[in-house]
Amino acid sequence: MNGLIVHTGGLYTTVQDTGRDGYYEIGMPPSGALDQFSYRAANLLVGNPEGAAALEATYIGPELEFTDDRLVAVTGADVPVTLSGEPVKPWETIPVKAGDVLSFAMITGGARVYLAVSGGIGVPDYLGSRSTYTLTGLGGFEGRKLADGDRLPLGERPVGTAPAPGSGVSESLRPSFPEVAELRTVVGLCSYRLTDAALRSFLETTWKVTKDADRVGYRLRGGTLDFVEREQPFGAGSDPANVVDLGYPVGSIQVPGGDEPIVLLNDAVTGGGYATIGTVISADRDRIAQTKTGDQVSFVSVDIDQALAARRERRERLDRISNELKE
Amino acid sequence: MAATTLALPPARYEYGGDEFVFVEIDQAMSLEANFKAMTITGALRERRLDGVLDICPSNASYLIRVDPERLHPAELVDQLRSLEASATELTADQVLSTRVVDVPVLYDDPWTRETLLRFRDRHQDPGATDLEYAARLNGFDGVPQLVEALSGAPYIVTMLGFVPGLPFCYQMVPRDRQIEVPKYIRPRTDTPERAFGYGGAFAVVYPVRGAGGYQLFGMAPAPVFDLSQTLPDFAESIVFPKAGDIVRYRAIDQAEFDQVRREVEAKTFRYRIREFEFRPGDFLADPDAVNNELLEVLYR
Repeated sequence: MNGLIVHTGGLYTTVQDTGRDGYYEIGMPPSGALDQFSYRAANLLVGNPEGAAALEATYIGPELEFTDDRLVAVTGADVPVTLSGEPVKPWETIPVKAGDVLSFAMITGGARVYLAVSGGIGVPDYLGSRSTYTLTGLGGFEGRKLADGDRLPLGERPVGTAPAPGSGVSESLRPSFPEVAELRTVVGLCSYRLTDAALRSFLETTWKVTKDADRVGYRLRGGTLDFVEREQPFGAGSDPANVVDLGYPVGSIQVPGGDEPIVLLNDAVTGGGYATIGTVISADRDRIAQTKTGDQVSFVSVDIDQALAARRERRERLDRISNELKE
Repeated sequence: MAATTLALPPARYEYGGDEFVFVEIDQAMSLEANFKAMTITGALRERRLDGVLDICPSNASYLIRVDPERLHPAELVDQLRSLEASATELTADQVLSTRVVDVPVLYDDPWTRETLLRFRDRHQDPGATDLEYAARLNGFDGVPQLVEALSGAPYIVTMLGFVPGLPFCYQMVPRDRQIEVPKYIRPRTDTPERAFGYGGAFAVVYPVRGAGGYQLFGMAPAPVFDLSQTLPDFAESIVFPKAGDIVRYRAIDQAEFDQVRREVEAKTFRYRIREFEFRPGDFLADPDAVNNELLEVLYR
């Protein structure tokens, strides 16, 4: 069987796609690529459907050997890439042949690299998605991150015209990694639990990403937020950060203890008993996904219309890439 | 029979970014709030709206995941408001078709006892077990009386979540008989799979081993989560509980625990399940009568 030979798995490399819908109600998060823009752009560059399964690598990429002719593309974080020892460019369509080895150096900007291969990663579909959810070990490649020596199946190469080798995404359409990543946030949910001063402080503080930052969520540090004093409602539990257990949106922010906000991401718990104070909009989950331990983020309050406009803007950028590649 | 009015504040509608709508029925937990959340989410399910990805009733609130390219979140909120307007009372003929399930539990078991003793530094009362602490806090003479209360009246599954298959269960008794305990001061880093825990006013069974902050009271011999789907009760889903299920956490002894474990390992175990037409209005009018009927149906 043709596929990918995993020489080294990297730090945390998993198979991901657009995510798994319809199982939130049993407590299963959607999973899926954290930076959906970069992931989808990688698929477009190799002529795949936008939602084909690809690899997401965190901090340190894998080393992979190909066993047949394919197109590949590397997007997301800034990282030097080589093909059989020769430098190749990210955000471009790269032809590979049997025996070629793709390697990554350390990332120089951002946090997550996406690798798409024409035909997609051919792991079985599980509950409507090929995304990996490692907590219960389901989906993706054996429900886990890649390990040295794995052999990944690839899908049939797509028929029809693929982008020509060397096709690329314009610099202006690629994400940038500013010193402070601004995360547009719809404030609300249980934000009434914070005092007015705490809510202002939440939006004015520049927060630092701690070492607890992964696909489950990002824990931040940089200030203390006070809760409104109250007699706790029945069933909520005694801590002022507690509410009666409720559902957590993906991207929602909670502040257990008042001093470490946590932004929940695609592999997070689906609910629990901490007050949520707002939700990072879907387009800016792409941005937080490209921050790493020690990086800085801030929250910018937006309303639902601005959130939807940002989502449309991301869609239009992907459409522009798709059109550029057809020219 | 007259309709039962649900004396609840107006619901609060909030956008959870561009992909979620969160609706808080009430800040406090009550069966009334949960019945209202169940009624609205049940009606929403029947509308089969294009763009609604997930419908999650959650204790005293509910959460909807939406694809905003197919359904504008503001349009969804309009629909939910209209559903709320028709759910301010429970009519006598309102029926929740559900299951009543017998869930055996070995209370004060050796495994959760071993676990909780490892984490006394994170607990409110390092000198007692979680059961001893909860018994004292809730005014019981001792652990046997607390276990009798936990095991006596049934619970309703008011939410699934946290991790796949974890049922939040609220005991179907008036508030003055509700058992309430705080969560651990700092969460444990370990909880055995199938541990029976209690936090706030909710009982849970942990589907998988992992972190947890609920008081540890016992151990269920049968799983609530089976990724391999080899047990007959998991043929259609990797998780057993469903929101709206009515469960009884029946106290068992070590011999029955061992027997159920053998059946689980032989892949022959089946939960005792009875179909039941539950009428929330009847229940709110006379909880004990309905509970007696539930248990009578379950063990018939």
